[in-house]
Amino acid sequence: MASNREAQNPVDLDDLYRDVILDHYRRPRNRGQRDDATVSAEGFNPSCGDEIQLSVAILDGTVNGLGFGGSGCSISQSSASMMTEAMTGRSLDSAREMSKHVQQMLTDDAFDLDAVDLGDLEALSGVAKFPVRIKCGLLAWKVLDQALADATGESINDDSDIPTRVTSG
Amino acid sequence: MTAASNGTPLDTAAVRAQFPILAREVHGHPLVYLDNAATTQKPQSVIDTLTSYYSTMNANIHRGLHTLAEEATVAYEDVRMQVAEFIGASNHREVVFTRNTTESLNLLAYTLGARLRPGDEIVLTAAEHHSNLVPWQLVTQRTGAVLRFIELNDDQQIDVDTARAAINANTRIVSIVHMSNVLGSIAPVAEISEMARSVGATMIVDAAQSAPHIPINVAELGVDYLAFSAHKMLGPTGVGVLWGRQDLLADLDPFLGGGEMISVVTREESSWAALPHKFEAGTPNIADVVAFGAALDFLNEVGMDTIAAHDAELTHYAVERLSRLEGLDIYGPSDAADRSAVIAFNYRDIHSHDVATILDRGGIAVRAGHHCAQPLMRTLGVPATARASFYLYNERSEVDALVDGLLEAGERFGFER
Repeated sequence: MASNREAQNPVDLDDLYRDVILDHYRRPRNRGQRDDATVSAEGFNPSCGDEIQLSVAILDGTVNGLGFGGSGCSISQSSASMMTEAMTGRSLDSAREMSKHVQQMLTDDAFDLDAVDLGDLEALSGVAKFPVRIKCGLLAWKVLDQALADATGESINDDSDIPTRVTSG
Repeated sequence: MTAASNGTPLDTAAVRAQFPILAREVHGHPLVYLDNAATTQKPQSVIDTLTSYYSTMNANIHRGLHTLAEEATVAYEDVRMQVAEFIGASNHREVVFTRNTTESLNLLAYTLGARLRPGDEIVLTAAEHHSNLVPWQLVTQRTGAVLRFIELNDDQQIDVDTARAAINANTRIVSIVHMSNVLGSIAPVAEISEMARSVGATMIVDAAQSAPHIPINVAELGVDYLAFSAHKMLGPTGVGVLWGRQDLLADLDPFLGGGEMISVVTREESSWAALPHKFEAGTPNIADVVAFGAALDFLNEVGMDTIAAHDAELTHYAVERLSRLEGLDIYGPSDAADRSAVIAFNYRDIHSHDVATILDRGGIAVRAGHHCAQPLMRTLGVPATARASFYLYNERSEVDALVDGLLEAGERFGFER
């Protein structure tokens, strides 16, 4: 029973609504599309209507900057805002690697936070304890995966039901 | 058990005692269930009827010659008569069981839609649930017919004037929601039926939200077809009703083909069973239909007038309390008297999903999102809303809990109480 599981592993709203998350929701970083974008992509969550548009400036294999737009709940929007900061300056390989780790963290509440240094993004670790909100956290990262795949000419194999597409690039 | 339908107030405590789920806790708090527009909880009598059907009389109906088949057939057909009486139908043959409102509306779109030609107009409203929009969109793709919409007036209601602007000589079908699952507003169905009749159009009503909350009489409404679902009125999931005027149903082609719906079958062709069986292909959801009978008994015993009065009073109280919260926007008619049992709202700049998650931690169940009405969300200019919806077992203290929960959500997002 769900109640037994909860007794062993209490879930608190504070796990979800960390200060860092609320701060990014209220004061989003890198909001708006970048003029120097080399690839743009968007995605939405059909079950709730959250949407993210992402523009990424990539030069010589490095993510120089990201901008995002869209609307949705605090988790979807703060996840995007934190992502734009954390990805800036990374190589394409490093960005993809980071995206993989964050998505593992968002979906697995037993994820080992000591294994990888995710910086501020660790604030999103509580999302995994709220199954109905996991997709909110994932949205921006699925859009990022789509944009990076387009930049490197690869195809992505995503079995989540979050539709994403490249809008220019 | 409770007050008869003579206008005396509902004994909510006595009603609540008959719903076992209302005794449970969620995250350490008593369950406050305010998601009744999505589905309602079930009284013990419905649960008992379901198990007793399977324990004592389970059989396939209509063709069997043995005792169980006979008993099951009688139980199933008795509920058809109960439904006919519940909505003021003249004849039980006018009552078709489906899976849900959506299937009832798809049946009509498929069969009536086949008769449409390019340029014919189907009139819906700006407030349709996707279930009364998407089936008609499919019809327009197949036939070249076009959709027209009755817009909301300045008070976010469907009224006679906005209806008049959409209905004209090209109108073949008018299919409208009786009570909006977002706005809570009730459309003037009788007047719009009259308009539809005057141009020779077929009049269909989606009563999924209204049938649970207000007395329905198909003759008084003057409609041709009416659709609703058992699960939104204390019954089990998986049972829908399509009511249609007998002469019209008789004239429609079947929707699904198979067993039960035929009379004589040869290799080349078939003739159809009499109404309503022509529209009930295959083994129906017998057990859940039988249990729906217990739900109708429950509603009749309390009385639909009493339920309507209770829901209206509670909605009025909730609108009054919620309106006093700073930063709270309520959608729908400004006067609480113009709505029933449904309140969609947004609070501060907190997204409705965050509101729903925070309320849930306090044991309060509300809906958040687009409520299967994305075009209406666009008309209202919001991506999503939270929604509280009430039924006969809800009480004022639960509205108070909702208000407290919202204040807590506000605090978490940095607003002072």
